[in-house]
Amino acid sequence: MSISSGRVIVVGAGIVGAACAWYLMRDGHQVTIVDRAGVGCGATAAGMGHIVVMDDSPAQMALTRYSRQLWNDMAPQLPASAEFVPSGTLWIADDAEEMAAAEKKAALYKSCDVDAVVLSPAELYAREANLRPGLAGALLVPADSVIYSPCAAAWLVNDVCSQGGILIKNAEVKAVRDDCVELRDGRVLQTDISVIASGTSLAELLPQFPVRARKGHLVITDRAPAFVRHQLVELGYLKSAHATEADSVAFNVQPRATGQLLIGSSRQYQMQSAQVDHGILQAMLNRAFYFMPSLKELGAVRAWAGFRAASPDHLPILGPVAGMAGVYVAGGHEGLGITTSLAGGRLIADMLAGRTSAIDPAPYLPARFAAGSGRERWHHG
Amino acid sequence: MPEPSTPVESCDVLVAGGGPAGIAAACTAAASGAAVILVDDNSAPGGQIWRSRRKHPQKGLAGDWLAKFSAVTVRRLFGHRVVAAPQPRLLLVEGPDGAVFIRCGKLILATGARELFLPFPGWTLPNVVGAGAIQALTKSGLDVRGKRVILAGSGPLLPAVAAHLKHAGADVAFIAEQASAAKLLRFGFGLLGRSGKLRQAFTLWRRIRPWRITPGSWPVCVEKSESGLKVVIQSGVARHTLYADYLACGFGLVPNNELAILVGCAVGSGGFVQVNHENAASVDWVYAVGELTGIGGVEKGVVEGQIAGSAATKQAVDRVLLRQRAAAVKFAAALADTFALRAEVRNLADAQTVICRCEDVRLAALSGLQDARELKLQTRCGMGPCQARICGPILQLLGLPGQPSVRPPIQPCRLKTLAAQIKE
Ligand SMILES: Cc1cc2nc3c(=O)[nH]c(=O)nc-3n(C[C@H](O)[C@H](O)[C@H](O)COP(=O)(O)OP(=O)(O)OC[C@H]3O[C@@H](n4cnc5c(N)ncnc54)[C@H](O)[C@@H]3O)c2cc1C
Ligand SMILES: Cc1cc2nc3c(=O)[nH]c(=O)nc-3n(C[C@H](O)[C@H](O)[C@H](O)COP(=O)(O)OP(=O)(O)OC[C@H]3O[C@@H](n4cnc5c(N)ncnc54)[C@H](O)[C@@H]3O)c2cc1C
Repeated sequence: MSISSGRVIVVGAGIVGAACAWYLMRDGHQVTIVDRAGVGCGATAAGMGHIVVMDDSPAQMALTRYSRQLWNDMAPQLPASAEFVPSGTLWIADDAEEMAAAEKKAALYKSCDVDAVVLSPAELYAREANLRPGLAGALLVPADSVIYSPCAAAWLVNDVCSQGGILIKNAEVKAVRDDCVELRDGRVLQTDISVIASGTSLAELLPQFPVRARKGHLVITDRAPAFVRHQLVELGYLKSAHATEADSVAFNVQPRATGQLLIGSSRQYQMQSAQVDHGILQAMLNRAFYFMPSLKELGAVRAWAGFRAASPDHLPILGPVAGMAGVYVAGGHEGLGITTSLAGGRLIADMLAGRTSAIDPAPYLPARFAAGSGRERWHHG
Repeated sequence: MPEPSTPVESCDVLVAGGGPAGIAAACTAAASGAAVILVDDNSAPGGQIWRSRRKHPQKGLAGDWLAKFSAVTVRRLFGHRVVAAPQPRLLLVEGPDGAVFIRCGKLILATGARELFLPFPGWTLPNVVGAGAIQALTKSGLDVRGKRVILAGSGPLLPAVAAHLKHAGADVAFIAEQASAAKLLRFGFGLLGRSGKLRQAFTLWRRIRPWRITPGSWPVCVEKSESGLKVVIQSGVARHTLYADYLACGFGLVPNNELAILVGCAVGSGGFVQVNHENAASVDWVYAVGELTGIGGVEKGVVEGQIAGSAATKQAVDRVLLRQRAAAVKFAAALADTFALRAEVRNLADAQTVICRCEDVRLAALSGLQDARELKLQTRCGMGPCQARICGPILQLLGLPGQPSVRPPIQPCRLKTLAAQIKE
């Protein structure tokens, strides 16, 4: 089947490493997955699991749309524990200006063959009765979905292992070389190819990639079935999530398969500790109350924080590492890694197999961070 | 549209928990003239043990301290629970009227302990209850007159609950104590040196004499039967089948250490907060007293409460108290040793036994997972509203390593409480 079916080591058993391992296994490679903790315990355990098409750039649109397709194709195979729910996304417009943005977004999505429907306020409230009155409308993207990524990652990894792959847990990789991977405990694993998918720790192994940790908070509620039916995101999110270095929050509420609600989201750079920061948590919740006042009375079960691995241009880094034969990188997925994990894994497998990919891989290639160029881009991205 | 901002109350000493240890701490701290606030989620002072008898004026230690407490100047926030610690020395509290922030110079943690539940086939059936729970239920009106109750578990709580149930008119059919007769005997001799304890034990003994405690026995499984519950008890090498209306289990206590961990205190084995001889914890503005530092009963709590109350307000700590504390700590160690759970009792669950009640996770689902974090993420074990308060200690008993981290809120609260903003 494949011209290059050799030994592959995947470093990192998050959703990104799991997806790479899965596609490589399907190409006939002998895959070993190494993680310093366990499966899906990093950002993959902290993220919201919204599988969403996004349009910050044509490259982001192409990748998210392709990956969403791969998820929807995989959905029937996924176990119940992966909690795949085809909830769709509702982009909420607070005012006329945001409604105009919704119309524009709809046109763009349609031009990219992504189904999107503009909703009047009445149509919006028929779907989501708990939103506050007076909103301008919404954009419905029906084919978006929600997943529980720790179990999705575990399913991918188990599938790899059931086909002869190997999982090594609690083993930290200290260094990566052309033909081997060195573990902290002194073991050296020989390999033909290695794929580095170590999330926010990418720079520990490959310092040439300027990935930064962007902290995010979430709160999970008690069970409140049918309180919310779609993943709800404010259109203003487009303003807050981007670009700026400043802390930001946005209204982002997700219905879980368990009947709980997961409430986000916040973005902060320059944070080391995973402790909950009450200041930003308050801002985030108050933003949610602004759109959905009846949330106030729901019970909170747990709040936590996690880190997104942000690349300077907010696109993932997928492909061969310059100057290191046989070493590939899959990182920098920022706030979309659950969505884009499958497409990323598929692109890497295509590269190794010398196959033409369904989308152009050029925008995601590591080569764009040739020495020096990374830092400059921060000020624009 | 942020929530209207929430005022901040300030005090020199904040006491979290209004049981014997917390009451003693609050009274002692207030005696120095310090501004003291006491927060407790119950509606009245007394904690697990003193609270419920409040209808009749109490005698002895309880009566003395409750009287003292009603006379001192302490701001009392009953029906309030601490849910988070947004900053050092600042706690977020939820009460009936919403959120309150409390800023304190020192924090004395007296959050007590909760029952340890042990999973065995049938433990989640209705009418299989905690020993402490059935005591609390009868105090608040459950009618057990003529009901057949089997008590099972370990420790001094069993005879105390038996006495209480008998008083309430129940038929206590069997008391299964998992500790061996030899261990109980050794413990009994140890008590001879402590006249108070011996008298207490003797009084209890007289009240429950008609049914002997059977050492070296424990419940193996329980099923529903036509008349109620069918309980299989292991007693040495023999197995007995008994029928009852209730099976009340008390296998021990585990500390309510969530707030301690949230504010950064070091905890040792068993989850007990590590303290020095004046009950200061590893965080310089925090003290921990009572069951939180080791299960030792009321006397230990009252002594430690007084010590921390003095230390937190820079009063000299009475040497007598320090000696009493040393003895109480020794007694706590003896208790822990005597009533340590035997391996057979720790491994009663079978594949279908529920481990996490909130999320309905069974033992079989945990197989193959060794790390507490992975186990939680893959099975939802410990993700429910109780946040592993019940299944966390069970996992430890089953030998599954690691402890889930503590995140706010430490008790479920309303979202608007978490969103409260300080008015400054
Ligand atoms: C608050 C929040 C909300 C989010 N919401 C969404 C969302 O709605 N939709 C979406 O698509 N994405 C979302 N994300 C982003 C998503 O969670 C991440 O992009 C994704 O999980 C990244 O996966 P990963 O496998 O690259 O990283 P991780 O899951 O962090 O995996 C990296 C793994 O590598 C291991 N590792 C690291 N270094 C080493 C080493 N030296 N040796 C061995 N192992 C190592 C780690 O132990 C870890 O298991 C969110 C993120 C956050 C923080
Ligand atoms: C979609 C989704 C839904 C979720 N739903 C729920 C839910 O309903 N209920 C719920 O409770 N959670 C839920 N979670 C969240 C999950 O339980 C965790 O809170 C989340 O994964 C973040 O982990 P954490 O940092 O809070 O800590 P944990 O998952 O508790 O893990 C922290 C780990 O770090 C270890 N640790 C802590 N401190 C140190 C240290 N100093 N050194 C070394 N190790 C240390 C701990 O031992 C522990 O193993 C959900 C997560 C997702 C992605």
